[in-house]
Amino acid sequence: MAGVSAWLPFARAAAIGWMPVANGPMPVAPRDHSKRKDELIVLNVSGRRFQTWRTTLDRYPDSLLGSSEKEFFFNEETKEYFFDRDPDSFRSILNFYRTGKLHYPRYECISAYDEELAFFGIIPEIIGDCCYEEYKDRKRENVERLQDDQEENKDLKLPNMTARETMWRAFENPHTSTMALVFYYVTGFFIAISVLTNVVETVPCGTSTQQKEVPCGERYTVAFFCMDTACVMIFTVEYLMRLFAAPSRYHFMRSVMSIIDVVAILPYYIGLVMTDNEDVSGAFVTLRVFRVFRIFKFSRHSQGLRILGYTLKSCASELGFLLFSLTMAIIIFATVMFYAEKGSSSTKFTSIPASFWYTIVTMTTLGYGDMVPKTIAGKIFGSICSLSGVLVIALPVPVIVSNFSRIYHQNQRADKRRAQKVQKARLARIRIAKTGSTNAFLQSKRSGLLDELLELTGTEADEQKLSKSVSLLESQHYHLLYCLEKTTAHEFVDEQAFEQNNLETALQSYTSPSPSPSSSHGESTSTCCGCRARRKNTPPYHHHHPQRGPLQELSAIHIQCVDPASHKTSRSSLNQKAEDGGRVNCRRGQVTTAIISLQTPPRRPPPPPIPPQAPPSIQTMSSSHIVKVSAL
Amino acid sequence: MYLEGLEMIGVLVVVVVFVKVLEHFGWLGAGYDDSVEDELEQSAVRHRPEGLEQLEAQTRFSRKELQILYRGFKNECPSGVVNEDTFKDIYSQFFPQGDASTYAHFLFNAFDTDHNGSVSFEDFVMGLSILLRGTITEKLNWAFNLYDINKDGYITKEEMLDIMKAIYDMMGKCTYPVLKEETPHQHVEIFFQKMDKNKDGVVTIDEFIDCCQNDDNIMRSMHLFENVI
Repeated sequence: MAGVSAWLPFARAAAIGWMPVANGPMPVAPRDHSKRKDELIVLNVSGRRFQTWRTTLDRYPDSLLGSSEKEFFFNEETKEYFFDRDPDSFRSILNFYRTGKLHYPRYECISAYDEELAFFGIIPEIIGDCCYEEYKDRKRENVERLQDDQEENKDLKLPNMTARETMWRAFENPHTSTMALVFYYVTGFFIAISVLTNVVETVPCGTSTQQKEVPCGERYTVAFFCMDTACVMIFTVEYLMRLFAAPSRYHFMRSVMSIIDVVAILPYYIGLVMTDNEDVSGAFVTLRVFRVFRIFKFSRHSQGLRILGYTLKSCASELGFLLFSLTMAIIIFATVMFYAEKGSSSTKFTSIPASFWYTIVTMTTLGYGDMVPKTIAGKIFGSICSLSGVLVIALPVPVIVSNFSRIYHQNQRADKRRAQKVQKARLARIRIAKTGSTNAFLQSKRSGLLDELLELTGTEADEQKLSKSVSLLESQHYHLLYCLEKTTAHEFVDEQAFEQNNLETALQSYTSPSPSPSSSHGESTSTCCGCRARRKNTPPYHHHHPQRGPLQELSAIHIQCVDPASHKTSRSSLNQKAEDGGRVNCRRGQVTTAIISLQTPPRRPPPPPIPPQAPPSIQTMSSSHIVKVSAL
Repeated sequence: MYLEGLEMIGVLVVVVVFVKVLEHFGWLGAGYDDSVEDELEQSAVRHRPEGLEQLEAQTRFSRKELQILYRGFKNECPSGVVNEDTFKDIYSQFFPQGDASTYAHFLFNAFDTDHNGSVSFEDFVMGLSILLRGTITEKLNWAFNLYDINKDGYITKEEMLDIMKAIYDMMGKCTYPVLKEETPHQHVEIFFQKMDKNKDGVVTIDEFIDCCQNDDNIMRSMHLFENVI
């Protein structure tokens, strides 16, 4: 807002347009107590002198330069403000005051810049959109770097760790102790052995008594079986130990690595159970395939494998797109090729699914040559197929590659999730700052009333004291908003108050005729109370109340409150005093006032047979309930 | 040689693709879009105000005040003129809770005396001179001009209703008491009851000035903003 503070005089002058429309008097304008004219002030930052108008700095009164905090840095001899800070960063900070936009210079170190902003009392969230992305990226990189450094220093053993926790730490981080390292290498060795065994098992080694060659597995069955058993036993022991040491067994069992472990050792046990049954030996053979999954156990040992896995996971959408577009293209081209080659004799394109093979081979530019089109149409479409295959495959691949490199360099951060959270948090903070300004207005409204009441009674000293707390710009802005309130005879409230009022004003057309001596202000046009006894003037369509002098208003403020019980709980609760229970009708910001909102204070006792429905109750309670509040 | 059905389609496809490629490279006359250059026209409007002496003569501001006003003006609008969108933007920042754009539109029309769609520094400063240093009659004239949307010399109920709704829009949603649909209408009724002496449904400038001069509140509030600069 302060960027347009130069236009505030204009907006205030234009407020004359509301005057003929308003039905009440306008509040008094804040007087400019400071007789200073607009002067140049000199800011000396480590020797480099910056000069600006005082009003430029006053635009942001909650920062160091805009508030009285800068007086601490005033140098009497040279009559300038001296700051022992970096003059380069100060440039962008001063530009913020001048233009209203904070920019982040790219050459600046992120933590140095943050420090400068903190020193001068500026929140980084107001960095303009042009520089905000860069700022956030750099900040995140910095945080990650710090975190990585911290993780490397975690080798210190914490004193009170149970055996279980020690074991878990040993499993997760093999560098913590010698035992863990030994364990790490042993399991690695056995995984390698196991995989090698599986491979060598199928190699034909020598001839046996028969003519055909026999794979080694069948020749040295016992040896291979022993090897397999040993490996599986090691893996089982390892798995059970991990299961025991895991802090959350449920989570551990659901993790990918444990599933791989289970899949690696299960075929052996199933094989043990099923050896005697010849019928399912086919399935048994299939199970052996799963033994190859042991190779995935290496991913605990290799950071690169893990990163590859994360990359594929994070590129799921690109991979999905690739797959989908390929499938589309395959089906289209297979259909076309089938119908194109239908005419030719002894063609290999016997059906559309059979053509799938040709299409895949052609699109990935493999070109085995086992299926070749013979007709002219087939050749034309075949060439189109291979050209489009190159394009379709080439498109998502660079994305996957760059993803991998990014993840590799930034250690597997889920960037998209982070960005969303940051964006939400940023918007929330900006919203809070904005409502902060509205709340500031509401707050100062209440305290400003005291200001004006004092003006009426004429105590100059108190007035001066109070008016110093809010800057002139702010008080002028609030005065403008106040005039608008007076013109429309409605008040600004904040959101919670508005919600609560909504509940209460569900009952419309309720007037409050009360012989109470308080002067209700002409604010409410429909229901509820008039609060805040102030100067006169009730609009003609409201009930008139006898008015009192200002002194009396200071001493006792009467608030009329409506009984909301009809839409709340039962009658029985009426007799109890309700705590603020959603009643924010009128509130004063002064320390000494106490507001009690009663649901049924017995100014006159409610008539006993009260029907419990809403409309009649309102009519019987048509006389208001008065709460007397003492002020000051 | 006869081309059979699918072969013909194949040849057609090749030809079509070829043509499209040629078109894209501009050989067959479709050409590039020239939309990029159009956008450059609209910016680059610059305006330099008249000299300080002339403005001093035409308005009731002192030299120093004009300097301060111009610095603020130029800071926000470096090009020297304010168009309606910028104006709405600036004005809305003073009323964060509501929607100030309708009222800003009316204000803009009131300031843009020569109706050329932009407010220059001269317009700005003339308006301010009337509002801050003018006589009561001049100020009331200005207000009447603001309310008279079509500038025909009469304020009708519809025009007043538009203005009133615009003012109430600036309050926003979160008000106490809750704003209702008929509140602007009621307010307009009150206004017309007060101002329209001969009950002919419109308010003329004389009725307006007469009535305002007889109303103490309005008279007092007219002097409210005199020390703004």
